[in-house]
Amino acid sequence: MSDTSLRELAGNGLWHNNPALVQLLGLCPLLAISNTTVNALGLGLATILTVATSNTIVSVIRNWVRPEVRLPVFVLIIASVVTAIELSMNAWFHELYNILGIFIPLIVTNCFILGRAESFAARNPVGRAAWDGLLMGTGFALVLVVLGSLRELLGQGTLLTQAELMFGEAAAGWTLEVVPEYRGFLLALLPPGAFITLGLMIAAKNVIDARMEKRERRAAAEPAAETAG
Amino acid sequence: MRFKTESSPHVGPPTAVSVVMRRVLYALVPGTALYLWFFGWGMAFNIVLAVGTALAAEAAVLALRNRPVRPALGDFTAVVTAWLLALALPSLAPWWLVVLGSLFAVVLGKQLYGGIGQNPFNPAMVGYVVLLISFPREMTLWLAPAGPGESGLGLAATARFVFTGELPAGMDWDAITMATPLDALMTGLNQQQTITEITASPVFGALAGSGWEWIALAWLAGGLWLLYQRVITWQVPVAMLGTVFALSLVFHAVDPDTYAGPMIHLLSGGTLLGAFFIATDPVSGSTTPRGRLVFGAGVGAFTYVIRTWGGYPDGVAFAVLLMNMAVPVIDHYTRPRVFGHGEAS
Repeated sequence: MSDTSLRELAGNGLWHNNPALVQLLGLCPLLAISNTTVNALGLGLATILTVATSNTIVSVIRNWVRPEVRLPVFVLIIASVVTAIELSMNAWFHELYNILGIFIPLIVTNCFILGRAESFAARNPVGRAAWDGLLMGTGFALVLVVLGSLRELLGQGTLLTQAELMFGEAAAGWTLEVVPEYRGFLLALLPPGAFITLGLMIAAKNVIDARMEKRERRAAAEPAAETAG
Repeated sequence: MRFKTESSPHVGPPTAVSVVMRRVLYALVPGTALYLWFFGWGMAFNIVLAVGTALAAEAAVLALRNRPVRPALGDFTAVVTAWLLALALPSLAPWWLVVLGSLFAVVLGKQLYGGIGQNPFNPAMVGYVVLLISFPREMTLWLAPAGPGESGLGLAATARFVFTGELPAGMDWDAITMATPLDALMTGLNQQQTITEITASPVFGALAGSGWEWIALAWLAGGLWLLYQRVITWQVPVAMLGTVFALSLVFHAVDPDTYAGPMIHLLSGGTLLGAFFIATDPVSGSTTPRGRLVFGAGVGAFTYVIRTWGGYPDGVAFAVLLMNMAVPVIDHYTRPRVFGHGEAS
């Protein structure tokens, strides 16, 4: 683990070991909150902040925590970070906080955050742990935002509704009516739509991976064929 | 006691899927004909659009999966799925509704799970439920039942509505559409009417819904023919209809003002179509004889519960999908004992 470069860490977080598409962790908030772009972005940013901060703190104290009690300590750290974020959101983004509701405190139970603390931050120096947390969180948030945008587009024919909840009154007019007079496709906004869309996204990732692997293999085979010829 | 002996061969060749599916289609003919009689041309458009979309979607997905296309199209499974979906949709369905439902049924309900024989859910019901929860308004556009030529819309007007959504000048929705019997039942009960008051309205006829009762009896006739042909077994229809009958009889006897009687429950909505044509799906249903009894009883019970206490007027589609989920468990606990061995472990 320790000899992977920062570049590889980024690739893992965003694509090869993406928490949502590959590890399939933290699906509960992912599926529940991805009904609009703005909701998804709100929860995504909160998650990035949590996992980056908790990874940093866990890495700082990793040499002083006895292994027997490490998990409760990690959970306490994550819970403290989440509480701080929750209070800040309540103060500065009150409307968004009301919509996201229970899913902000529930970030504590998002298993991919504890997973990163246990499997990466507790074994790596501070800088790498913070970088890993930032990129893993970003990978999760990206999937969340793409899923939220797809569901909002299919379900209501719009993008960025209620952007003012996050970006202030200036953003009230940001809503894009992608399909005018769309009659709505309720399934996409309901839980089954979340499962179906996420399933299709995972399938798309697997297809892309398979294509890339095929291309790499062909590229590797060609020089070999030349030397043989 | 006399034992009847037949001459050989005692074991016939297995019946091909295409033959079975063709028989199912024959059995659907009388009910479909009565649909056209009572509700006009809309149902014909439903069937043509649904079958066309299903065949095109099946061919496209099979080509993407590098599978042979021709044999799969010739086995008629996609046709049966699309036909059943079309029968469940309202008689004045806009074209995109039928196409979307058919796409969901074949692509999401069947091919994504691996194609014929692999789908855990009944594909026609997957398509139907997707439409039912997404487009509640469009799913209620039933014409009032009438004889041929008496129905509000002719062929040209129906075609115009299906493809453009426009009604002929001077006609409006309330004049030509009518609530289905189960819709009327639910609305009436919500308005504190008694069953007797509700069934006095013109929606209801001699036995159950006027017009609907004859269509239901046609499904019964087609289903009995399928039983005679041994395309389906008796367990699922008997268990499902028996459960609906028993539950509605008990509740009707306790409180005849708020619970409709067995006749209305058996002859309205999707009960008979579901019992003989949908819950008997050999792929998504249970495969053991005892399991089929449990499966059928579960579908019947869920249907009655959803109709009576749920938010939707009919519950056959949800009931079938819910019991589809239970099939692996049912099959596990009802495996028949193999001759010469102990209890199945």
